[in-house]
Amino acid sequence: MPLLEISKVTHRFEGLCAVSDFNLVLKPHELIGIIGPNGAGKTTVFNLITGVYRATEGSIKLQGKDLVGMTPYQITRLGIARTFQNIRLFKELSVLDNVRIAHYGQIAYSPAEALLHIGRFRSEEKRITNQALDLLAIFKLDESANEKAKNLPYGLQRRLEIARALATEPTLLLLDEPAAGMNPNEIMQLMDFIRWIRKTFSVTIILIEHQMRLVMGICERLVVLDFGATIAQGLPAVIQENPKVMEAYLGQEVAS
Amino acid sequence: MSSIKTIYHNLLAKWHTLTGHKLFWPVFMAAGLAFCIAVDTFDFVDLYLQLILIYVGINIILTVSLNLINGYMGEFSVGHAGFMAVGAYVASLLTVHVCPAGAQNLFFPLAILTGGIVAALVGFLVAIPSFKTRGDYLAIVTLAFCMIVKSVLENIDAVGGPRGLLGMEKLTTLPWVFFWTALSVWVIRNLVYSNFGRGVLSIREDEIASDLMSVNTRQVKIIAFIVSSFFAGIAGGLFAHALQFINPRMFDILKSTDILIMVYLGGIGSISGSIIGAVIYTILLEVLRPIGIWRMVLMPLMLVLLMIYRPRGIMGMKEARMFTPLRDLVTEKLWRQKKKEATDATP
Repeated sequence: MPLLEISKVTHRFEGLCAVSDFNLVLKPHELIGIIGPNGAGKTTVFNLITGVYRATEGSIKLQGKDLVGMTPYQITRLGIARTFQNIRLFKELSVLDNVRIAHYGQIAYSPAEALLHIGRFRSEEKRITNQALDLLAIFKLDESANEKAKNLPYGLQRRLEIARALATEPTLLLLDEPAAGMNPNEIMQLMDFIRWIRKTFSVTIILIEHQMRLVMGICERLVVLDFGATIAQGLPAVIQENPKVMEAYLGQEVAS
Repeated sequence: MSSIKTIYHNLLAKWHTLTGHKLFWPVFMAAGLAFCIAVDTFDFVDLYLQLILIYVGINIILTVSLNLINGYMGEFSVGHAGFMAVGAYVASLLTVHVCPAGAQNLFFPLAILTGGIVAALVGFLVAIPSFKTRGDYLAIVTLAFCMIVKSVLENIDAVGGPRGLLGMEKLTTLPWVFFWTALSVWVIRNLVYSNFGRGVLSIREDEIASDLMSVNTRQVKIIAFIVSSFFAGIAGGLFAHALQFINPRMFDILKSTDILIMVYLGGIGSISGSIIGAVIYTILLEVLRPIGIWRMVLMPLMLVLLMIYRPRGIMGMKEARMFTPLRDLVTEKLWRQKKKEATDATP
């Protein structure tokens, strides 16, 4: 069974068609990329999958379960986590709390137990804190666990955002422009990092990216969007040669 | 200069070890309660001073509970006086009309509790529009709520209409105020340092991201509003039985503004700040009473200065260490990890 099945999804903002007739079938453990020029509707696809927007038409199924109409937190608990194009950490909170918040759905005590700090409260807090610190240690962020997220350098903020997304224990991870603001050297490291995440946490990954170097280097399959329409889908090497894609990126050739 | 600094640091360290002791809070609470009972029975403190202490307690409850919404959750609610009115009227009606004569003292805590519960139910109803609105819009919704409560009370003759309600005995004593204040501070601190409290904070930081990180924002908002309005109702009941007279005008937007001032003076998102804000504001208002109308010039002026030099209030977003529980969970684990790494590296 496919992990994610998006069929004929269309989304309109007041007449503007942001995404039209989008189809995608994702097998477990795939790593695919969505590319396209600015304003092509890439982030809208993520927002549709995670429930920030409700698809006007079509269906999105995760392991056979229809996601359209669910709220974002329900979808996240089913196993889809994401990062954001412009980092959206909880800036004033500590690094540790950023990760602990992502464990929200996994805590088993009731509001009454929380108000009185009784019952399962202490053991659950301990479990979650240790789990969060373990995750931070894997990402080499445990040293700054008590620091405010906004005080981290840019690169570490990106890393923290991925750690936070993984704390929700996803099966599908959506990365929105993870290489934004990185130099070629850092992009090489990021490629290894993403491969490593996929292996260690056994997640399926969709990533949105502008950086061709990154996308061509690690994606097994690509979807190219332009003005909301899917103009090409397939292997990176094939996509590169596709005239439609070149046209979308470079413009039409003038007939001589 | 440096010697003063070392003395200060030594004192601070001593203070932290003292407040960090596991018997500190039980002993502090027992001593406080014993003192309040002693004052109440032997009357060795001036009655005027007692009344001020009662108001300080009530204002602490109001400030801490409003801080949950305005400080920790980052919403802007101006309807706190409305919840207070609900608690005040429910508790007063119960003690005046329902309570059998002679059982007032026994019945009083129940009446206060009922006032709080009814206020919490109303808080639940106000939470629903807050799912849709934020910031300025929520301010308008809560402002409307405050006005609705006032005009409803003014138009029901059974509760005295605009003339108000009287006939309450002076049941609000110092020990009861101490008990409810301690309870509200403790419960709200517990909430803030729990999963739900982290949810509240994440809503303030970024509501959409919080939703996408599996936080059930609806549930969090409902819990925050219920707890906040519950304690506002409790404070209302205590207020009514301290003053022995209430009318709808006491609970208008100006009362809400008073509470807002205490929140922003003490500092948003801080329990210790709320306590400091409530204490300073209440006492300052009384101390400055002799200068008459100039008080109303001086206080706002101080607020303006505060907003310029400390825009987040005295303790804004900081917390005194004595109010943060569970520190051990974090520090202990970090320490263990460091130690393990060090031993791994040696051979």
